[in-house]
Amino acid sequence: MDVFVQQLINGLTLGSIYGLIAIGYTMVFGIIGMVNFAHGDVFMVSSFVALILFLLVTTWLGVSSIALALLFVLVATMLLTALWGYAIERVAYRPLRGSFRLAPLISAIGVSIFLANFVQVAQGARNKPTPPMLGGAFTLFERDGYAVSLSYKQCAIMLVTAVLLAGFWYLVQKTSFGRAQRACEQDRRMAALLGIDVDRTISLTFVLGAALAAVAGVLYLVYYGVVSFSDGFVPGVKAFTAAVLGGIGSLPGAVLGGLIIGLVETFWSAYFSIEYKDVAAFSILAIVLIFMPSGLLGRAEVEKV
Amino acid sequence: MGEANAVRGSSTAAILGDAALWALATLGLCIPIVSYRTDLSQTSALDLTPRWGLVAAFCAAAFALRVAQRLWLARREARRSAAVLPKGTDGRVAVARRRPSLGVPLFVGFALAMPLVATLATGSLGASRYWIDLGILILTYVMLGWGLNIVVGLAGLLDLGYVAFYAVGAYSYALLSTTFGLSFWVCLPLAGLFAGLWGILLGFPVLRLRGDYLAIVTLAFGEIIRLVLINWTDLTNGSAGIDSIPRATFFGIPFTAGEDGFAKTFGLSFDAMHRIVFLYYLILALALLTNLVTLRLRRLPIGRAWEALREDEIACRSLGIDTTVTKLTAFALGAMFGGFAGSFFAVRQGFVSPESFNFLESAIILAIVVLGGMGSQVGVAIAAVAMVGGPELLRNLGFLKSVFGEGFDPNEYRLLLFGLAMVAMMVWRPRGLVSQRTPSATLGQRKAISGAFVREGHG
Repeated sequence: MDVFVQQLINGLTLGSIYGLIAIGYTMVFGIIGMVNFAHGDVFMVSSFVALILFLLVTTWLGVSSIALALLFVLVATMLLTALWGYAIERVAYRPLRGSFRLAPLISAIGVSIFLANFVQVAQGARNKPTPPMLGGAFTLFERDGYAVSLSYKQCAIMLVTAVLLAGFWYLVQKTSFGRAQRACEQDRRMAALLGIDVDRTISLTFVLGAALAAVAGVLYLVYYGVVSFSDGFVPGVKAFTAAVLGGIGSLPGAVLGGLIIGLVETFWSAYFSIEYKDVAAFSILAIVLIFMPSGLLGRAEVEKV
Repeated sequence: MGEANAVRGSSTAAILGDAALWALATLGLCIPIVSYRTDLSQTSALDLTPRWGLVAAFCAAAFALRVAQRLWLARREARRSAAVLPKGTDGRVAVARRRPSLGVPLFVGFALAMPLVATLATGSLGASRYWIDLGILILTYVMLGWGLNIVVGLAGLLDLGYVAFYAVGAYSYALLSTTFGLSFWVCLPLAGLFAGLWGILLGFPVLRLRGDYLAIVTLAFGEIIRLVLINWTDLTNGSAGIDSIPRATFFGIPFTAGEDGFAKTFGLSFDAMHRIVFLYYLILALALLTNLVTLRLRRLPIGRAWEALREDEIACRSLGIDTTVTKLTAFALGAMFGGFAGSFFAVRQGFVSPESFNFLESAIILAIVVLGGMGSQVGVAIAAVAMVGGPELLRNLGFLKSVFGEGFDPNEYRLLLFGLAMVAMMVWRPRGLVSQRTPSATLGQRKAISGAFVREGHG
C-alpha cells in the first residue's frame, strides 16, 4: 500500500509532464492532421534553454531565491521555445501545406534529426546536470519505516501543470483565438471563408504547443536534474502515445492519456521490470492504435467514399 | 517560400525589412542555446562560455539567405508572368517527357566497374579500400531502399520501422553462425525467411491502419524489437552485441592466406582486399536481385494489386482484390530483402549490436525512398548515393579546419545537414528526384506521368 501510494504520486508527476507535451501533438494533429514528429525535440530544446537560463540567472545575475529564478526561467523559456515552434512551422511545414500527405511527416522527421544534432553540436554530447533545486519533501505518512513522501518538486510540477492547463483551457474555450482554432479544426476552408486567418491560427497553434512543451521541459529539468541532446525522442513518443490513447484531437484526452501513460510506466517499473518500461509504452501505443484508434475521448473517424 | 511572399511587395525596403525580421528571429533562436556553451567543470558544475560572435554570424547568415531567397523569388515571379501560359493549366506539366531508359544500365555498368576504376585511380588495390568500402555502404542502402520501396513506393504502406527487419536479418545470421556454425550461404535464405515471417507477424495487426497511424505503429514495432535486443541478454548479449561472427567465404573457400585459402586456390598472391571486393560484388548482386524481383513483380497480378492498393484501397476492395493478402505479401517481401541486407551487414561487420538498428536508420532508409521519388527504382539509387555518399564527403573537407579553426570537425555536422537536407528536399522537391512514373499497366501507349498523379501512403 505504501509503495502503491508512493508510485501513484511519482506516476502522476511524470504523467503531468507527458500530458503537457501531448497537448502539442493533439492540437497540431487536430488542426492540420499531421504528426508533428519534431515536438519531442522541441521539448528537449526547451529543457536546454531552461538549463542555461537558470545558470545565467543564478550565477550571473545573482538571484538567490530559487523560486523566483525558476519563475523567470519558466516564462522566458516559454517565450523562446514558442519562437522555435513558430520558426519550425514557418520554415519546414507551412510551405508544404497542400503538398502530398507524407511530405510534412518526412519534413518533421528531418526537423527532429536537425534539432537533436543542432543541440549536440552547440552544447556537446554529454549529459548536463543542473545544480540541485527545490530539495526537501513533505512526509505524508510513515509505516514500518517506509515513508511515503511528496517532494517539493512534485508539488511544484503538479501545481504548475494544473494552473497552466486551466489557463490554456480558458484560452481555447473562451477567447476569440480559441474559437478560431476550434473552427479551423472542424473545417479549415469554411473557417477561411468566414474570415479567419487560417495560417495565423495554425502558427499560433504551434506556438502554444511549443510553449506547453517548454513548461514540460522546465519541469523535466527540475524533476530529473539532468538533460541530454537525445532526451527528446522517447518522451516525445510517449507523449504521442498519450495523445493517441486519450483520443487524438481531444485536449482533455491528451492530459488524461498523459496521466495514464505516466502511471503505467511508473507501476510497470515498480512491479515488473524497469528494463522493459519503454517496451510497455510502445506496446500501449501499438495496441491502442490497432484496437481503439479513436482513443478514450476522441471522435471516431468517419470514412467517406 | 510560398507565393504569398512574392505577391507581397518586392521593393528593396520590403526585402531588407523582411530579412531583418529573419535575422531578429535567428537571434531569438540562438538565445541562449548558441550564445552560451555549457561545459562540465572540475567540480561537475556547469560553466558558461559566452559565444556572441557565433550568434552574430548566424544572424548575418540568416539575413543574407533571406535577401537572396527573396530576390530569387522576385526574379522567378517576373519570369513567370512574362511567360505565356495556356489557359486552364496551373503551369505544371502533367504529362512529362518519356523517361530516359538509360538510367538502370548506366547505374549497373558504373557499379560493376567501380572497384576496377577505384583501383586504377588510386594506384593499388589496398589504396582503393576506402572507395570500395564506401561503395559497399552505399549499395547496402540502395538495397534497403529498394526493399522498402516495395512497401512504401508500390503498396503505399508507410513503414517507419523497416530497420527491425534489417535487425532480424543481422541477428539471424549472427546467432545461427555463432551457435550452430552454419555458413553464410545457408544463413542468407534463412535470414530472409525469418525477416519475411516477422514482416507477416507485424503486418497482421496493422492491416486496418493507414497513413500516419501505420507509420507510428511500425515505428513502435521497430523500437520494441530494438529494446528487446538490448534487454534479452541471454540470447543477444544485450547492448554489448555479438562479435566474432564468421567472415564471408567464397562459396566455402575462406579468404585466408592458408593452403586452402582463396588466393592459393586461384593461384593469386594473398591480399586482404579480395574479401572486400567479394563483399562489394555480393551486395551488388543482392541489390540487383532486389531490383529484378521488384521489376518483375510489378508486372504480375500481385504487383498490380499493390499499386492499385496504393491508389485507392476502397476501390481495390470493391473490385475483389484481397487486401489482406496484398498487404501481407508487400510487408513480407520488403522485410525479406531487409533481412538479406541485414545478414550481409552482419557478415561484413563481423559484429552486430542493437545500436546499429535505431530509429535514425529507419528514417534514413525512408528518406532515401521518398527523396528518390517513391516507386522509382533509379531515383532510389540516386538518392542513396546522395544521402549516404554526400555526408561522406564531409570527412574529406579538411580545409574547413583552416577556415573555422582547429577544433572544427566537419563530421559532427553530418546528421545536422542530413536533417536540413530532408526538410529542404520536401520544401523544394516533395515528389523526389525522379518525379515521373511509368505506369505498370496501361491501355494503349505507355507514357510517363508526373509523380503528382501517384497517390501515397493512404492504403
